[in-house]
This record gives sequence, structure tokens and C-alpha cells, in this order.
Amino acid sequence: MKALKFILPLVVFLALVAFFAVGLTRDPREVPSPFIGKPAPAFRLQQLHDEKIAFTPEDMKGKVWLLNVWASWCVSCRVEHPLLVEMSRGNIVPIVGLNYKDKRDEGKQWLAKFGNPYVLSAYDDEGRVGIDYGVYGVPETFVIDKQGVIRYKQIGPVTPEALEKMILPLIRKLNA
Amino acid sequence: MRRTLAAVVCAVAFGVFAQSAEVARPDAAVERRLKALGEELRCLVCQNQTIADSSAPLAVDLRNQLRAQISSGKSDDDIRAYMVQRYGDFVLYRPPLRAATFLLWIGPFALVAVGALIFILVVRRRRPVEGEPLSAQRHDELAALLEGREAQQPGARKPRRK
Repeated sequence: MKALKFILPLVVFLALVAFFAVGLTRDPREVPSPFIGKPAPAFRLQQLHDEKIAFTPEDMKGKVWLLNVWASWCVSCRVEHPLLVEMSRGNIVPIVGLNYKDKRDEGKQWLAKFGNPYVLSAYDDEGRVGIDYGVYGVPETFVIDKQGVIRYKQIGPVTPEALEKMILPLIRKLNA
Repeated sequence: MRRTLAAVVCAVAFGVFAQSAEVARPDAAVERRLKALGEELRCLVCQNQTIADSSAPLAVDLRNQLRAQISSGKSDDDIRAYMVQRYGDFVLYRPPLRAATFLLWIGPFALVAVGALIFILVVRRRRPVEGEPLSAQRHDELAALLEGREAQQPGARKPRRK
């Protein structure tokens, strides 16, 4: 009984430490997306570069593709941008941009300045499509499979680590 | 002041400079429902603020979305479902009772129960203090100590001083 008096607080303490240790490895900003494994929400938007041509996710059926949410006002989009440009040069996967709550001219200028990795960008002026995709922290990137199902969501910039460990292997698997 | 500061820091931290504007002429009935509803929905950008509270552009957009839905006659449950479909149960400040949230709901009560149990066990275990009644001599000694004078009885211990 006396031993318990010392051991019990120790056990409680160790349990707390274990919880904190796990908690430290997690990012509280990352909200698990309810969209994983669900069909990508349908939408129809003008293209950034040509308002006469519409884009809808249906157009990408049969392909594994990335939907990358970006904006010219988004500072951390610049962090991931070189990676996307590099990916587009390697022709690894078609990347569709969702230009989120941006001004058309500023969006176009931004791409002209930093390079355009997108096969096209859909122009989401009011951010309605962003809301339908549960976007809350630009940039965000969705991996969508041949059937149009969302398989992965990257919140915040695509990092080299996320690319190597998650996104590229997933794309290879989905394309196999 | 602190709230404004928090909102500014939040907006800057997430690089949110996109314009979002609140509706120009609000409808009082809609606003009342929006406020009640917005208070139980979490703003995804500034996570410890509600959608009713936050001035993050996304919160403004979402408020506008909710306004439109309220005006079009959607029920509160419909609107909550709309939010959960997009952002998951995390948006609800009152999460539903599920297997995954069971601990969240039951945990505090379980902890209180465990605490009460330990408390009862400890109190029950404690025995009343028993001992011999004080002898007359000991009683006088103690009384003397309390009064600050030395006891007269021979052999009485002197109070120790520093």
C-alpha cells in the first residue's frame, strides 16, 4: 500500500508525459479532412486565363491529378511554388490550380513572375468552391484519383518531405 | 483590444489579405439566428474563436454563406450538417457523441468519479486519533508553555529556545 502511494503518482505522471510527447508531434492547425475517400465536390468555374472556357473536375476523370489552392496574396504559396514548378517540368502529374479569392490580373501577374506549373487555373473569385472543399489555410493541395475521389489533402505548403513521403508514392500507387 | 490584436496577428500569420465584406444591410432576425449558430461553430483559421466572433476573411465568408442559407429557410441542423460536411466534426464546439468523441464527453465525469472514489476511500481509512488522556502534570506543563512561563514542577523540561 505504501509503495502504491509513490508508484501511482509516477504512473500518472508518465501517462501525462506520454500524452504530451504525442501531442507535441501533432500540428493543431491540421484538421483532419472529412473529404478523404469522398468524391471531389463538383464545381464549374471560369479559367483564370480565359473566362470563356470553364473548368470542372469532370474534365480530369481518368487521370490522377492535383488540385492546388493558391492566390497571389498568399505568402506561403511562394514557399511551395518552386516545388510545383519542378514537378510540372517532370510531367509527373497534372496540377490544376484553384485561384482562390484573387484578382484576375494579380493572379496572372503572379504566375508570369514565379512560373506557371498549372495545366490551368480555375478562378474562384468569391471563394465558394474553396468553402465547398473545406479550404481554410491557403495553400492546400488535394490528390484526386482517376475516379475523382480525394485521396489526400496537404494543408499548408507542400514540403519536400511531404512530397517524397506521401504525395509522390501515392501518385505512383494510384497510377499503377 | 486583445481580441483585435489576436485577429490581426492571425490574419497576418496566415497571409490572409483577400477581401471579404460583411453584407451591407443586415436583417435583424437573420442576424440573431446567425449569431446563435455562429457561436457554436469554430473558425478554422483562428481556431479558438467562433465563426460569430472571428474577423478572419474565411469567417466573414462563412457568415455570408450562413446568412444566405438562413434566409433561404434552411434549419440549424441543415446548416450544421453543411459545415460538418466541409470541415468535419471539429467545427462544432458541441461535438456529437460518437465512438471517437466518447472520451471527450465521458472523460471529465469519469475523472470526477475516480476522484470522489479516492476521496471516500481515504476518508474512510482514516481512523480517529486515539491516545491516553493527558495526565494532570502534562496538562500543567502544556498550559505553562502556552502561557509562556516555565513550569514549576521539578523535572519539567525547559522549552527549547533558538
